[in-house]
Amino acid sequence: MSIETKVIELEEVSIRFSGDSGDGMQLTGTLFSDTTSLLGNDISTFPDYPSEIRAPQGTVAGVSGFQIQFGNKKVSTPGDLAHVLVAMNPAAVKANAKFMMPGGTIFYDSDSFTQKNFEKAKFKTDDPFTELNLLDYNKVPVPITQLTREALIDLEIDNKSILRSKNMFALGLICWVFSRPLDYIETYITKKFGKKPLVLESNLKVLHAGYNYAWNLQHMTPRYVVHPAPIEKGLYRNINGNQATAWGLLAASEKAGLELFIGSYPITPATEVLQALAERKDLGVKSFQAEDEIAGICTSIGAAFAGDLAVTSTSGPGFALKSEALGLSVIAELPLVVVNVQRGGPSTGLPTKTEQSDLLQTLYGRNGESPVVVVAASTPSDCFHYAYMSAKIALERMVPVVLLTDGFLGNGTEPWKVPTMAELPAITPRIARDAATFKPYQRHPKTLAREWAFPGMDGFQHRIGGLEKDEAGNVSHDPANHQLMCEIRRDKVEAVADMLPQLEVVGEAAGDLLVVGWGGTLGHLDTAVRELLAKGTKISLAHFNYIKPLPSNTAEVFANYKKIVVCELNLGQFVGYLRDKLPQFKYTQFNKVQGLPFTIHELSAQFLKLIEE
Amino acid sequence: MQDTLNYTLKDFKSESEVRWCPGCGDHAVLNAVQKAMANLGIRHEDFAVISGIGCSSRFPYYVSTFGFHTIHGRAAAIASGVKCANPKLTVWEITGDGDALAIGGNHFIHAIRRNIDLNIILFNNKIYGLTKGQYSPTTDRGFVTKTSPMGTIEDPFVPGQLVLGAGGTFFARCVDNNLKHSQEIFEEAAKFKGTSVVEVLQNCVIFNDGIHETISDPKSREERQIFLKHGEPMIFGNNRDKGIVLEKGKLRVVRIGENGIAPEDVLVHDAMDQDGFLHQSLINMKYPDFPVAMGVIRAFPSKVYNEAMEAQIVEAKSKSKIGSVDQLLSSGNTWRVE
Repeated sequence: MSIETKVIELEEVSIRFSGDSGDGMQLTGTLFSDTTSLLGNDISTFPDYPSEIRAPQGTVAGVSGFQIQFGNKKVSTPGDLAHVLVAMNPAAVKANAKFMMPGGTIFYDSDSFTQKNFEKAKFKTDDPFTELNLLDYNKVPVPITQLTREALIDLEIDNKSILRSKNMFALGLICWVFSRPLDYIETYITKKFGKKPLVLESNLKVLHAGYNYAWNLQHMTPRYVVHPAPIEKGLYRNINGNQATAWGLLAASEKAGLELFIGSYPITPATEVLQALAERKDLGVKSFQAEDEIAGICTSIGAAFAGDLAVTSTSGPGFALKSEALGLSVIAELPLVVVNVQRGGPSTGLPTKTEQSDLLQTLYGRNGESPVVVVAASTPSDCFHYAYMSAKIALERMVPVVLLTDGFLGNGTEPWKVPTMAELPAITPRIARDAATFKPYQRHPKTLAREWAFPGMDGFQHRIGGLEKDEAGNVSHDPANHQLMCEIRRDKVEAVADMLPQLEVVGEAAGDLLVVGWGGTLGHLDTAVRELLAKGTKISLAHFNYIKPLPSNTAEVFANYKKIVVCELNLGQFVGYLRDKLPQFKYTQFNKVQGLPFTIHELSAQFLKLIEE
Repeated sequence: MQDTLNYTLKDFKSESEVRWCPGCGDHAVLNAVQKAMANLGIRHEDFAVISGIGCSSRFPYYVSTFGFHTIHGRAAAIASGVKCANPKLTVWEITGDGDALAIGGNHFIHAIRRNIDLNIILFNNKIYGLTKGQYSPTTDRGFVTKTSPMGTIEDPFVPGQLVLGAGGTFFARCVDNNLKHSQEIFEEAAKFKGTSVVEVLQNCVIFNDGIHETISDPKSREERQIFLKHGEPMIFGNNRDKGIVLEKGKLRVVRIGENGIAPEDVLVHDAMDQDGFLHQSLINMKYPDFPVAMGVIRAFPSKVYNEAMEAQIVEAKSKSKIGSVDQLLSSGNTWRVE
């Protein structure tokens, strides 16, 4: 071609696909992500969708988005701001204007820019870009609807199906812009629609139409080049946090030699954990969709009593409903893993948005002295590891463990170097062996974990329950005994610290500012801290995956910094816990509760301000 | 197997001291359940007794098998988990009218709907005993209790109606003071595959003494109760001269030999009828218009949840290419970085 294409070489680039919730943007984003991973780029993705399944078409409330960042080095976040926006209608432009990088490119379906759609998106004028002050952006109008229609003119296909394939046009277009080959997507579509030849043909036609259109239009389309990232050798796959959680639990059950039982009730954004396990009956999973959240945990407690690796999954409101039963597993001392994929609260709150506001509920939200182990995953793929470790702790220490993830981790994907079972640490459930000496609440002298005997084991018959008992397992209302048992249950949880890795920091072991975070904010905190480190700032990051108990060297680490700032997506829950547990330090805090992750930009600005103060 | 297991009631007594009030109906039910357990030919370690909260829910402590005294209302859910986790177990759920029908109503109906193979013993004394005398969901309208000083203003649940409404496959009724009959019923409940609900009319000697006396008094038992047996005519009375007939879609009590009523006019009990219409009518029979129906009212064998769960796992294992976590992790869309 004689016409020159503007080629922009970037280390990392962030793209946002956006349209009506029925426009297929999540699929478009996912297919683009998979293609990009296969090319050897590191990626991080984040779907951002409304809680309504199909909010009114064309409205801002109905906009569903999918953001992906990929790069030629490690990518830890989906990106603060997008370089490129694909907008299927005016509402998508409106909803995403604030997430656009100044000077970025907006591809939009010009056929959708009609008076009617301006009104639906509540624009006051017929010039959305001026109204949103998006003048300095590279705006590329593409008549996506019309071109899709023309691509399919020879096929006997109804209007609804034509409109439904618009997303493939956008996908083809973006693949050209980012130099992605179409073969992976073609294989996917062929597999999915192999039995529906007409749908298959139309999707492939439109995909190519989009790709070719961009190629033909290259004089006005910038082309981006992002080289592959140097990645550790091995077998990779893309995985989201919910699937990784489910698979981590499966791995633990296989390692422990126990069957896996999950009792659960569907709730956004945790449902996929249940779904991913229900799919694995081939690995012997007993999945039980309960009548409510309470039955979800109670069936699991029953399964734990009966000798399974028992799990229940939920999100904030469901976790609240499980509180009383969780207390039963505390006093009965049964192994149980509760997964809480946190979302915006209180009450129904922001069901599809992310937040870290269930920490205090998890630590304290039960009647009585009711300690549980609290673990938090920090990336989509490390949900596998922390789910595995949660099960290991529960089974070896006879204690309920709550694994906190969140909507951002649960739905976000990243490439993951898959481990083999042989690499994973052993799990040795405390199953009783000697009937002659067995007593239900006899403990290991150091870990204080009792032994586990379940129905079917001859000679181990015993009764347990929610009433306080003495060390022999007999019901006891003795005042001194109750205090002793409360202390034992507390100490048993604290003793788990001996299984945990030491807290490590990113950056120097001493300095001006220690950034403290926990759970799903790792990608953003790590990126912000590393950027400042590269500029010579004396900053470090201590990120927590084990909340209760804390790693045993926590105070030692904290002591080496002039200032500590605790960053979390709530109004200050972990910082409150730290103030209680380690009151000798002075903490500042940085909090955000907007249902969105931190941005690197806002973190860096805050850190610099704190260092300068 | 039965030949090798010679258990007696004693084998099922635990060392814990039984702490129900003297004269409480629960003592007799405990004995009947223990005798039933000894007779079933099931290994001692394969029993699990799960309860919720309430006087009767102390039951597991007094049985020497595996037992779990859980939380208020949740026994059905916990027992469901136990049975699904290990379908080889014989799982008994001990519950009361408050535990199963008020705070645990949801779990009760859904366990029945799923038809999980549980034996649910529902102690119905029409009162909250452990909290010392408040009305329950089975308390009759107008009854005065500590929380209804002017009488309740709500109609009670009839447990059998709930069971039928939830698609129940097994419902039986017995009275605490009729130990032999109770034991028989418990054995039948245990042998039935599916959720067996046995409503035990039980006397609370402290807070609701005599609540079932009109019908439970052994002296008038034969006149005021009818003991139903599958395949046998519905005959009752001290002289075995009264029967139940169906007339214009409704049950009626008749005297055999009067008004031309012959023994063959009397209904024959069919517990295995899928259609619950007659079972419903039998459940609703009230004294003095009718004798109160005792025995196995409904036992319709149907698909059992825990069996279907096992079958799906067997099927999935036989068809799937994935047989281990390693295979799962490397399945689907993966790529290798060299």
